[in-house]
Amino acid sequence: MTRVPRLVLAALAAAVALGVAACGGSGGEQQAPPRTLTVSAAASLTDVYGQLKTQFEQAEPGTEVRLNFGGSDTLAQQIVQGAPADVLATASTRTMQTAQQAGRIQGQPVTYATNQLQVAVRPGNPKQVTGLPSLVGPQVTESVCAPAVPCGAATEAAERAAGVTLDPVSEEQDVRSVLQRVTTGNVDAGLVYVTDVRSADGQVQGIDFPQATAQGAAQSYLIGAVAGSQDAGLADSWIRFVTGPQGDAALTQAGFRLR
Amino acid sequence: MTRAAPSSPRTRSSRTGSTGHTLPWPVWVPAVVGFGLIAVPVAGLVLRADWPNFLTLITSDAALDALRLSLQTGLTSTALCLLFGTPLALVLARSDLPGLPVWRSIVLLPLVLPPVVGGLTLLFLLGRTGPVGQLLDAWFGVTVPFSTVAVVIAQTFVAMPFLVVSLEGALRTAGDRYEAVAATLGASPMTALRRVTIPVVLPGLVSGAVLAFARALGEFGATVAFAGSLQGTTRTLPLLIYLDSQDDLDSAVALSLLLVVVAVVVIVATRTRDASGVR
Amino acid sequence: MSAAGAGPGSREGHREPRRAVDGALRADTADTADTADTADTADNPGLAARVTTRRGGFTLDVAVEVAHGEVVAVLGPNGSGKSTLLGTLAGLFDPESATVTLADRVLTDTDAGITVPVHRRRVGLLSQQALLFPHLTAHENVAFGPRCAGQGRRAAGAVADRWLAEMGVAELADRRPSELSGGQAQRVAIARALAVEPDLLLLDEPFAALDVDAAPAVRAVLRRVVRDSVVGGQTVLLVTHDVLDAVVLADRLVVLADGEVVEQGPTAEVLARPRSGFAARIAGLDLVTGTACAGGLHTLDGTLVSGAASEPLDHGDPAVAVFAPRSVAVHRERPAGSPRNVVPVRLAAMEPQGEVVRLRAGASGRGPAWGEGLAADVTPAAVAELGVEPGDELWFAVKATEVAVHPSGR
Repeated sequence: MTRVPRLVLAALAAAVALGVAACGGSGGEQQAPPRTLTVSAAASLTDVYGQLKTQFEQAEPGTEVRLNFGGSDTLAQQIVQGAPADVLATASTRTMQTAQQAGRIQGQPVTYATNQLQVAVRPGNPKQVTGLPSLVGPQVTESVCAPAVPCGAATEAAERAAGVTLDPVSEEQDVRSVLQRVTTGNVDAGLVYVTDVRSADGQVQGIDFPQATAQGAAQSYLIGAVAGSQDAGLADSWIRFVTGPQGDAALTQAGFRLR
Repeated sequence: MTRAAPSSPRTRSSRTGSTGHTLPWPVWVPAVVGFGLIAVPVAGLVLRADWPNFLTLITSDAALDALRLSLQTGLTSTALCLLFGTPLALVLARSDLPGLPVWRSIVLLPLVLPPVVGGLTLLFLLGRTGPVGQLLDAWFGVTVPFSTVAVVIAQTFVAMPFLVVSLEGALRTAGDRYEAVAATLGASPMTALRRVTIPVVLPGLVSGAVLAFARALGEFGATVAFAGSLQGTTRTLPLLIYLDSQDDLDSAVALSLLLVVVAVVVIVATRTRDASGVR
Repeated sequence: MSAAGAGPGSREGHREPRRAVDGALRADTADTADTADTADTADNPGLAARVTTRRGGFTLDVAVEVAHGEVVAVLGPNGSGKSTLLGTLAGLFDPESATVTLADRVLTDTDAGITVPVHRRRVGLLSQQALLFPHLTAHENVAFGPRCAGQGRRAAGAVADRWLAEMGVAELADRRPSELSGGQAQRVAIARALAVEPDLLLLDEPFAALDVDAAPAVRAVLRRVVRDSVVGGQTVLLVTHDVLDAVVLADRLVVLADGEVVEQGPTAEVLARPRSGFAARIAGLDLVTGTACAGGLHTLDGTLVSGAASEPLDHGDPAVAVFAPRSVAVHRERPAGSPRNVVPVRLAAMEPQGEVVRLRAGASGRGPAWGEGLAADVTPAAVAELGVEPGDELWFAVKATEVAVHPSGR
């Protein structure tokens, strides 16, 4: 009986203490309020944008970049519904168009990178996967993205180009889930992006296949400033930064191809 | 000799029917807010729906497959909850097992655990590389994840505590007095269980089963993590709704309404039966 | 209601072999008897029980015997060990040490490691709450036991019909427990307990939860079925704190205090001359035994005690007149006039009891023997006014309207 309220109290006390500490800290260090930039970015950009945020904040003292990661569809929907953001970075042309058609994008968005599919397999490629055709049949189980999500659409395009129809045991909601199926050993192979293979730190091995560059199979990364931004100048700086040399370096290192 | 006592039970029950009048008014304000919190979003769903295409949307191949699969797995996992959860509740409510509070809190874990975590746990256990999954694969060539069986296991995992909590509460409220009386009348423990305990707690059992079914019907996280998502095999209504919410919002809304209707029909049907039946 | 010949003397004559209910029950009995040592108990087809167990502050150590067909009441304050005794007999409670034999069967013998499970003991239990199964009708409730014993639906139904009629609730057969009043429910519960023809019926404060209005009638009907010829002599152990239950139902009284038997004997005797503090307190009432007659009761020496019968009584039925000590008026001289019961007594003792002083009567050569043991509660002021002291000759008077005449155990 008494334990729960006590716990709640403790949690409240902790929250209050943290809040006070946070206020005190920011108040003491900086007199001028920081310029903040809110970036809504596709989940696949988590690592790259995290790295760029640190660099950007060093390059532009007095700025604070807030990163909001999620599915491109979700982010676009949020911005259409009026979510406060300064920059939108999607992982597909279609989702960027959604925001554009709603009049929420200032100017023309830029396509600055692409991401290609690879077949992710366990290290050493025990099932000797060579390309899409080798995945067909019950001896190799594979997981792919559901056609409704961008990586699934890309997978379908690659299948068309290869003239095969895969028999996945599961169509995942997002590409990270596909990767997880492979890393946990529950499937033999999964169609994921090069960047995902890189991020798996050797837990999977990526196999290139020719249809990865086919029409619609590659994923385009677009970035645009959100209309009505509080600080349009800062938004533009971020976009220039991401599409500039430092952005290029980080993207390349993560496995993206530059446009 | 003795006629019925003056306070006839019928009068009593008609009195209980009108206790609403004695509710203090401050109860109503938060009650209305609470109701609104639930009802308004659902109403929003109704407003947002693409009514002209509604029928087409909910009768698409994918939708019908998902509905069939949802009903099938939901009912199966409810049956499994009854099969395993009823004895579990009996043990928790009636036995003098040492460390009972610990056992109970373990049983209730799925209530606090995010369903995705539950799904991952199942995956680690029963997945192809998991300790149990490995054996199943090696001995029988059986792979549990990505199968309809996995959906049922995930749903049973998250739904079971609802049945157990509801039934254990009913068992504790009823107490073991009726069983004791039944025993003095010559009923063996099994007979007492079958003919007294279960009928006495039947309302609790029914509402527990309804809760479990409702929970199984709406189950998403554990299913998607453990069973994956494939039309006709593992893609239940909630999974399809989430998938559609990524690119076909109209379909997602229509399917959500379908899910709401199925849930309401089940709940209302059992509630009505409950009220007119055993009590 | 009660047949003229159904007095205490004729009860033995009415005892018939138990109606063979069915093969299953008797086979069951025989099974258990196989494992039991029946030699010691062959002369006692009733109940013999000894229970020893530590309970909180004291050790319960009680031996109780109830002859076949006898009704014994166990009285005692809360915590005296009554429920432990009852639970042990029913098999619902495991004491540290106990032996229970009933109808030539060993039900519990902790030394030998024998505990016959509740459902095979043939010990019925009726408690304060009727505890009718809420999902079954009254009729189905009563038929439950016979069904468990393996009787067919029709046979069990017939047994239920008979018992519901016996308890005067045949017309309630199709009602659910929620549609019954407390008294009606308790009648159905009695029918249900008796329908399995238990070797021993345990009654745990059976009327304590009933309305004051409903209790006497239920008590009377229970008395009729367990004492008269209906079941041919039901062995009953009654636990109660209501002295009326004991007076009306019991042949014998066992008084428990602090875990042991402090007093036992025929009901009227124990109540008339209580030796333990508790018995004196529960006796709390003045009792005069005799036989029922028009307008009250005839004592053994032929005096008429005027009073109202609590229920229809036949002339000559054993009965007891009951009244409260505070309704007794005390006089120096024989009071004249009004329709009173008047008895000369010699004052034996004066006990202060809170607001009042209890005057306890001893035997007086002038009056009938039944005056001995009567109590009168009067105010200290009245005592001072009368100027009484032990040894004084006094008159106790009580109005007829204050006297209730009940049927009695013996």
